[in-house]
Amino acid sequence: MGYSAKKLIRLVDGMPAFPPSVYRILQLTSDINCEPKDLVRVIDHDPVLTLKLLQLVNSPYFGLSRQIGSIRQAVVFVGINTIKNLVLTIAPLEMLSRQGTDNRWMENLLAHAIGVGVIAKHLARRCGISEVEATDYFVAGLLHDIGKMALHRFKPEDYKDVLRLTKKKGVPLLEAEREIFGVDHAQVGAMLGDKWCLPVELVVSMEKHHDWNPNLSLLQDCVYAANLMAKRLRVGSSGNDTPENLPKELEQRFGAKIEELVGTLGDLSGEMNFTQILIHP
Amino acid sequence: MKVKFWGVRGSIPTPGPSTVKYGGNTTCIEVRTDDNDLIILDAGTGIFPLAMTLFPELPLTCHLFISHTHWDHIQGLPFFIPSFIPGNTLRIHGAYDPIDRRDIREILSGQLQYCYFPVREAELKARLEYVTLKERQTAQAGSATVSNILMNHPVLCFGYRIECNGKAVFFTGDHEQLYNIYAPEDPEHHEYEQYMTQKNQAIVEFIRGVDVLIADTSYTMEDYPAKKGWGHSTYDANIAMARAAGVRQVFFTHHEPTRGDAALEKVFQDAMDRHPRQPGDPEFALAREGLVFEL
Repeated sequence: MGYSAKKLIRLVDGMPAFPPSVYRILQLTSDINCEPKDLVRVIDHDPVLTLKLLQLVNSPYFGLSRQIGSIRQAVVFVGINTIKNLVLTIAPLEMLSRQGTDNRWMENLLAHAIGVGVIAKHLARRCGISEVEATDYFVAGLLHDIGKMALHRFKPEDYKDVLRLTKKKGVPLLEAEREIFGVDHAQVGAMLGDKWCLPVELVVSMEKHHDWNPNLSLLQDCVYAANLMAKRLRVGSSGNDTPENLPKELEQRFGAKIEELVGTLGDLSGEMNFTQILIHP
Repeated sequence: MKVKFWGVRGSIPTPGPSTVKYGGNTTCIEVRTDDNDLIILDAGTGIFPLAMTLFPELPLTCHLFISHTHWDHIQGLPFFIPSFIPGNTLRIHGAYDPIDRRDIREILSGQLQYCYFPVREAELKARLEYVTLKERQTAQAGSATVSNILMNHPVLCFGYRIECNGKAVFFTGDHEQLYNIYAPEDPEHHEYEQYMTQKNQAIVEFIRGVDVLIADTSYTMEDYPAKKGWGHSTYDANIAMARAAGVRQVFFTHHEPTRGDAALEKVFQDAMDRHPRQPGDPEFALAREGLVFEL
């Protein structure tokens, strides 16, 4: 079985945000004096809202003369009020379209996505990347599994079959996705990123987060490694949580094996706490 | 080139005895090239008295540039008389509205819905052309070229740079100096600051070297804390921007509607006293209805 890429993209356009963040946004924006930073904090911890906003501000509708790679940059370049209103146009619709999907699966995936974002940012800092650029790493981590959300959104029942195949028969997740959908989540993520005019480096990072090669950029390496580290730490769940080791080259790049790297993370609870608030407001 | 102010008031028209000197019409600026091409910046109520002077020139081609579509920048447009007269061409430029997904034509023809105005767009006799601009897209307006940059206001708002025969004018539209939404102790503060620097530099470079800078200066330092985020700048921020961009002449405009003539002159003088002249400084002045400046 397989679906045409065009059909996938069309259906994925209606992808939902996570209801707790939508709820928080409606709550925050009902006060005209809401703190911009509180709003930004909710948005940039929701991969779907982040992606949608980046997609929109980089679209010809905005006609900006530069590419926008993060929510904070978007706020500076198009203004907090426009971002707020943009989110408000997206959010209520998203809430409605959320009904009937499996919340626990999405919540676990959200926790995993944020975890990978936080860890990718940590790796970036470890490699001497500046704070400003480190945000790109967070965004790349946050978005790496967007294709999974898209597939799940597209056909929740079929995606359950994928998870069943993985769990019961031990078929690797990507293979199970290809068997059921004719395409895997890394490919779908890259297709969407491409269509939404996201920076190429981000698109490649979505595409290659299971398929490492030595020509990837530091950002792509960090997302690849962060994904494996999040699985070791059991931060949320991605649907394929088998522990894997880093390729030799990446161990050299980061100067440590995966266990040691996980050890350097320290306490992520501060950064992850916000996720918990989001999931259980 | 020549610049003439027809509306210098922000937000809402303010007719009355206390605004006789500087005027109560909302934003409208006429720019004439050396070849007498007609460029109009914004269509606040000031566009009506301007329209009344245009009869001897008909039929004409008018290049209208809308900074943004808040009421005080478009409310005079339905009364722009040349639109009703055959033979005229009105070329209207402006940004797309990404929130409601409407181009400049859809936004402005919305103003002519029957419940708002008795004449429908289809009944206007002039030739109307709409150009929805992207950021930094250049438009030709007769012998002038007009380019734009996105400013900081609660809607997409373009600042326009008009150039002709080696002279240049920049109009900010409505613009608020950027501010950091994070407190200095917040971890995101530094990152945000760097984006602000990028954006500020882009604006300053865009304005650099213009002969005339016309800048939204609604607020004083005292007004500002209560109005932060409303999308308008202070005297102090504009003085700094003008100095950084090395401009020759600055006109402060978009005067706060509650500020009468005497109060306006006082806050202007206070700002001048706070920033004593430095070598190479531009000339600073308050924009006033009827004022003409030749470049």
